Amino acid sequence: MGLFIAQLLTGLANAAGLFLVASGLSLIFGVTRIVNFAHGSFYMLGAFIGYSLMQVLPGFFGFWASVLLAGVAVGLIGVIVEICVLRPVYKAPELFQLVATFGVILVIQDLALMTWGAVDVLGPRVPGLKGIVRVLGEPVPQYDLALIALTPFVLFALWYLISKTRIGILVRAATQDREMVGALGVNQAWLFTGVFFLGAALAGIGGAIQLPKGGADLLMDFNILAAIFVVVVIGGMGSLPGAYIAAVLISVLNVFGVTYIPQSTLVLMFVVMAVVLMVKPYGLLGREEVAGEHGQVGEPERPFKPAGTQGRLLVGGLLAILAFVPLFGSSFLSVLVSDVLIFCLFAASLHFILGLGGLVSFGHAAYFGGGAYVAALLVSTVGAPMEVAFLLAPVGACLGAVIIGWLCIRLTGVYFAMLTMAFAQLLWSLVFQWDEFTGGDDGLVDIWPAPWLSGTTAYYYLTLVVGVGGIIFLRHMAHTPFGYALRASRDSKRQAEATGIHTKRIQWAAFAFAGAMAGLAGSLFVFSKGSIFPTELEIARSFDALIVIFLGGVKTLSGAVVGGASLEFVKDFLTRFEYWRLTLGLLIIVVVILAPDGIVGSLRKFGERLGVLRGVEN
Amino acid sequence: MTEVLRTDGLSKSFGGVRAVHQVSFGVREGELLALIGPNGAGKTTCFNMLMGQLKPTSGEIYLRDENLAGLAPREIWRKGVGRTFQITATYQSMTVIENVQMALISHHRRLYSIIPYAHKLYRQEAMALLELVGMADQAERACAILAYGDLKRLELAIALSHDPSLLLMDEPTAGMAPKERIKLMQLTADIVKQRKISVLFTEHDMDVVFAHSHRIMVLNRGVLIANGSVNEIRNDAKVKEVYLGGGNLFEKEKDSSNA
Ligand SMILES: Nc1ncnc2c1ncn2[C@@H]1O[C@H](COP(=O)(O)OP(=O)(O)OP(=O)(O)O)[C@@H](O)[C@H]1O
Ligand SMILES: [Mg+2]
Repeated sequence: MGLFIAQLLTGLANAAGLFLVASGLSLIFGVTRIVNFAHGSFYMLGAFIGYSLMQVLPGFFGFWASVLLAGVAVGLIGVIVEICVLRPVYKAPELFQLVATFGVILVIQDLALMTWGAVDVLGPRVPGLKGIVRVLGEPVPQYDLALIALTPFVLFALWYLISKTRIGILVRAATQDREMVGALGVNQAWLFTGVFFLGAALAGIGGAIQLPKGGADLLMDFNILAAIFVVVVIGGMGSLPGAYIAAVLISVLNVFGVTYIPQSTLVLMFVVMAVVLMVKPYGLLGREEVAGEHGQVGEPERPFKPAGTQGRLLVGGLLAILAFVPLFGSSFLSVLVSDVLIFCLFAASLHFILGLGGLVSFGHAAYFGGGAYVAALLVSTVGAPMEVAFLLAPVGACLGAVIIGWLCIRLTGVYFAMLTMAFAQLLWSLVFQWDEFTGGDDGLVDIWPAPWLSGTTAYYYLTLVVGVGGIIFLRHMAHTPFGYALRASRDSKRQAEATGIHTKRIQWAAFAFAGAMAGLAGSLFVFSKGSIFPTELEIARSFDALIVIFLGGVKTLSGAVVGGASLEFVKDFLTRFEYWRLTLGLLIIVVVILAPDGIVGSLRKFGERLGVLRGVEN
Repeated sequence: MTEVLRTDGLSKSFGGVRAVHQVSFGVREGELLALIGPNGAGKTTCFNMLMGQLKPTSGEIYLRDENLAGLAPREIWRKGVGRTFQITATYQSMTVIENVQMALISHHRRLYSIIPYAHKLYRQEAMALLELVGMADQAERACAILAYGDLKRLELAIALSHDPSLLLMDEPTAGMAPKERIKLMQLTADIVKQRKISVLFTEHDMDVVFAHSHRIMVLNRGVLIANGSVNEIRNDAKVKEVYLGGGNLFEKEKDSSNA
């Protein structure tokens, strides 16, 4: 019993930091509709800045002053980010801003590395709260009790701010109806900035306040990211009490999970989220998304037709050049081009559902990595010939997508995105922890192509044919009745349903198809590397594809491929330098600001303005 | 005359609000039937139940002899019912003709086809429909840049694409200039005659209503208060009363383009 209570208390104490950070994310999303990937970075900055301040501000009051000052400092950094990076792109297509925040993550990572170095710092213990208290005989740190006592006050203060003050009422109004705030004569830009300050400050305080329990390191930004998104989604986007309940739920379950089912730790919160979303599609205390709220923002996608002779000649020419790479280029170049092609196929498969279907999946790596693992397992466990394994990989990925798609497709918008991510994470932890079968962290090795395909050159041509073939097939699908039905379901569900289109089924089929194509990319990948590791199933891999689609232009057909190729080549070049993240992050931010329609979309507009391309008539 | 559609005690409440209450009526074959009533009377709610977008709180709907209870809009559409929306719903990322082609592809059950190019399918049929509503010259324009009145006409072309036997039109002329309205309703009347289809429509413009409808029903606060020929409705005391508050029945309503 005593142990049980002690664990409950630990869970509640852990919930404090989690709630602070998540409530900031929830606020920012609620008001600005920005999915702020950089929120974990704010949290990390809060921890480091808090740590530095605690070195100079001594004593009990010094500690708490440091926590608050860290919050203010991070809040101001948030303001800088909002004004410099996000303001220029508010009008861009929905979710485009997340690319910008991704750039911010990279920049902050390197800045933190420069400032605090690569060593992990241990948080100081709080003067006056260093001891332990015995609860039913079990030791509980005083600081934990302080946190438990403090959190309800924070919740109350935030609740008061949001529901009782004028500013709060404006913020709430903005959460519900953004146009209305404009009509009330409030400067929306400054309201957004204010909310960003508050949200970032909360993340900063969350980072500083957990110092005595943890510390600060350079990985904590990504490490907390998934957890805070899960908390916000379980609670219901934009709901503070919901975030609190969810933070407590997750933290407490986590503490018990560590004790009783240690292998559950990686996946527990995603299971909880999946269950909650399947029962309550908008989170515990969230409200239903108003239709169209997350629809197409900005100008709609342009009508498109299959490429004309000119376009086909251009692609043909490019293919011819690629075909000559192994003959004239170095084998290093061949490998690089293969990698890029495989990645482009992966990104293009996500673009099919994201661009044409409006289905934003945050977990597409499940099918890429999943396909790769299917092939690898077939080879390593049953000794299947490479050709068979290669072809069964997309089939396996497709099956996975059929099942996961069936569970996810009922949800929309951010909730859909988060549930897809939850399932991807489930798959990842399954692979990670089922050592005997999947090799766990050590991955599966010695997965080589059949003799007739082995060797860099032979495999290069396979990649070229299958990769480019796959991309062309995806493009073709966009022009077929199926592709049109998918667009129709996105453009106007009302009209589509009223003219005989079963929109959910079309979307489900598209989801499965995109999964199969991602599986094909995974298949190419595993035999080109000869091995596969759980990293290919990670959230980061899903985000890679997501980022390049927006970077290339989500409302263009070739956006994914152009974005993918550009980013991969640039990355290959930049990673040779020490602070490459900083450069890449800044580059992404600059592209985002200069080309809010993505590379292809903005080039097209530029061409139209110059009169080179035919524009839309008005 | 046989009835195409029949409702029996159709009702819908939203929470405490009785939007539609005990509405029973029939639509005869080849008939142009108007459903009028002040803003918020429950006309759109009625349409939404007929087409399956809303589930009635109680009451029945029969299409010929078939009970439509529990059917989704797409299933009702397959049974030969078409509709246009008060607030237009079109595919903004496609061209005008592609919008019609999409409906034709669905009608011919080729939604899952992955070989042909969609923009080459049923082009002639689609063009003929666009010609019918006077939109042929705009066939290749992007739908996103159309004027509101043109969107309404495009919706009509879409709704006609599966050769429906019953057409539901929710304020088909909202957002159009007066001359255009008369033209569009004339066109609808012609289509009714040529294709022998039945049309149930709502409309705020009384000139349009009196000029073309064969019969008129009046809805007020969710209740059907009158149902008769044009002349009967013109002289109905109750109808006059309802419309006295919001203006004279024989004067044009000022604003009918609202949602
Ligand atoms: N989804 C809904 N939830 C709650 N109330 C609704 C809903 N839809 C309609 N109502 C209410 O039902 C009543 C009837 O609305 P309806 O849209 O059917 O009127 P209408 O006759 O079409 O009006 P208009 O001429 O303005 O189009 C109104 O009071 C409206 O507020
Ligand atoms: Mg209406």
